[in-house]
Amino acid sequence: MASIELRNIRKSFGAVEVIKGVDLEVRKGEFMVFVGPSGCGKSTLLRLISGLEDITSGEMLFDGKLVNALAPSKRGIAMVFQSYALYPHMTVYENMAFGLTLEKGKGKEEIRQRVERAADMLQIRQYLDRLPKQLSGGQRQRVAIGRAITRDPKVFLFDEPLSNLDAALRVATRIEIAKLHEEMNNVTMIYVTHDQVEAMTLADRICVLRDGLVEQVGTPMELYEHPNSVFVAGFIGSPKMNFISGDKASALGAHTLGIRGEHINIVPEGSGWSGKVIHTENLGADSYVYLEMGTEEPVVVRLDGANEYKSGDVVHIAPMQDKIHLFDAAGKPMH
Amino acid sequence: MATETMAPPVAAAGPRIKSELMQQRVRAARWFLLPMLIALAVVAGWPLLRSIYFSFTDASLNNLYGAEWVGFGNYLRWSVLESGTVRYRGLLVDANWWNAVWNTVRFAFWSVLWETVLGMIVALVLNAEFKGRGIVRAAILIPWAIPTIVSARMWSWMLNDQFGILNDLGMRLGLLSQKVAWTATAETAMTAVLVVDIWKTTPFMALLILAGLQMIPKDIYEAAEIDGVHPIKQFFKITLPLVRPALMVAIIFRVLDALRIFDLIYVLTPNSAATKTMSVLARENLFDFDNFAYGSAQATLLFLIIAIFTIVYIWLGKVNFDGGSR
Repeated sequence: MASIELRNIRKSFGAVEVIKGVDLEVRKGEFMVFVGPSGCGKSTLLRLISGLEDITSGEMLFDGKLVNALAPSKRGIAMVFQSYALYPHMTVYENMAFGLTLEKGKGKEEIRQRVERAADMLQIRQYLDRLPKQLSGGQRQRVAIGRAITRDPKVFLFDEPLSNLDAALRVATRIEIAKLHEEMNNVTMIYVTHDQVEAMTLADRICVLRDGLVEQVGTPMELYEHPNSVFVAGFIGSPKMNFISGDKASALGAHTLGIRGEHINIVPEGSGWSGKVIHTENLGADSYVYLEMGTEEPVVVRLDGANEYKSGDVVHIAPMQDKIHLFDAAGKPMH
Repeated sequence: MATETMAPPVAAAGPRIKSELMQQRVRAARWFLLPMLIALAVVAGWPLLRSIYFSFTDASLNNLYGAEWVGFGNYLRWSVLESGTVRYRGLLVDANWWNAVWNTVRFAFWSVLWETVLGMIVALVLNAEFKGRGIVRAAILIPWAIPTIVSARMWSWMLNDQFGILNDLGMRLGLLSQKVAWTATAETAMTAVLVVDIWKTTPFMALLILAGLQMIPKDIYEAAEIDGVHPIKQFFKITLPLVRPALMVAIIFRVLDALRIFDLIYVLTPNSAATKTMSVLARENLFDFDNFAYGSAQATLLFLIIAIFTIVYIWLGKVNFDGGSR
């Protein structure tokens, strides 16, 4: 269990500054997700926390103690890599036990118990004698998670652990990670992803990063309901929030008007805004209608169940008044 | 039921189509292999068979085609003297030959050992990231790129007892009390040859090992760093096991090369019993002493020794020439 504090953290690679002054506090036992588009610095920030990269300037504190110069193995962390990073020549058991065998004062029996306990948690006990190459991607990722668990870390770091898995496995492993967080509720977890669905479903709090700076930190629902910039509003939620500028926005005194697809109603002809259907997607439980309304990107309307609209149909819509987000010219919210 | 009645024709059609495709592929493969097989037969197979044949004859340089079959006479023959003692003669009891075998094996062992150790160190350095790595990589290959004859001549001047730079430096620095004939003295000749060979071939070894090192994913070293694995332990527990397939192939290349060493010794220490190897001795008998059949027998035995070495090594080391599957 550890709280982590980042004070004005900066990181440069040569002349390129990747992290441009990040202040952040991760609370004890919290599941914090770093999310952002590729190149925003989220993985670099995680590697700075792990100690695999040196901090250029600023202070990193674990439980109030400065760890800037502390080796990764001394920070009480465990890390799960996107590429699993398993030792290819060692069996699953050896992979999980390797770190422990190097610690002083650990008996063989204790190591075996810890490995088996972690293997049971992840249901990989029957694979302990196999080599990584004999396992599927999902099984390998479990072994990597198991290896991290056996270290009994204070801080658990995940670097896009689901990116190499197929869609079905991604959902299953995501649920397992959520379960893991419940079981190990005194372990602080930091999870990096570019997938906002993973962020929304796993996080206690989300940290949205953009261009090496923190854009917003908050619970998933805070970010969903009160994004404090156009960037966060567009990044969190699927389908993406619709942004409408021009007359419709200035009628409400704003530069940009944001409204999510699920907060738009279809209304009878003669009221609301009208748009031409250019595409529809039926997903069964819900469906999306894409409308051409003179905006930069088509306006997406999310409807419950299937819909029967065809391209070229004219549809009238109205946003739910209390769900409208207004932004000024700088992309900041107006209240 | 429908699937059951449908099943047999499908099953019958499967292998037939497959075998047609297979036949076509096998035919194509044979045609592609043919040029190589012909080339090998002409440049390797035929000469090999000829020299094995000559080793069972009494052939000499000026009477190759009138050679007569003498069986194993070149290898071992004996005569009973009047006194009743049996006298053995032939290659298998030739002290010069066994001296050459010993020299060759000794040379191969020490040169490959040092080249492996130094090559590994160089490869580890070149595998790290630093400024100017490209230039260093190119520069380190220079000794290997120089033709052996040229570098051997160069070294023989450097090692020269009167005008060599090594003796000059040694004298000036007070390391030597008198000038040493490095290549001519029996005690130092082998060391001199070894030093030059190691200097020349370490880059090749480094290059082969470097290729193996670059196959190892970088992220497992990060995992090891988080696991708290000491760098030296990382080398023995992670790097060495993972580079082993490439290392084994590199070592066998070098052993085969070292066992047939000729040019370096021929130039650097001509006619020295301390360094004379199997190849040097065989050439001497074949062309200088006009013992063509005897030289052929030596060449044949050299071939057998290398073949046995290779087979034992591959068998013991479980070498995978496909680069090892991970």
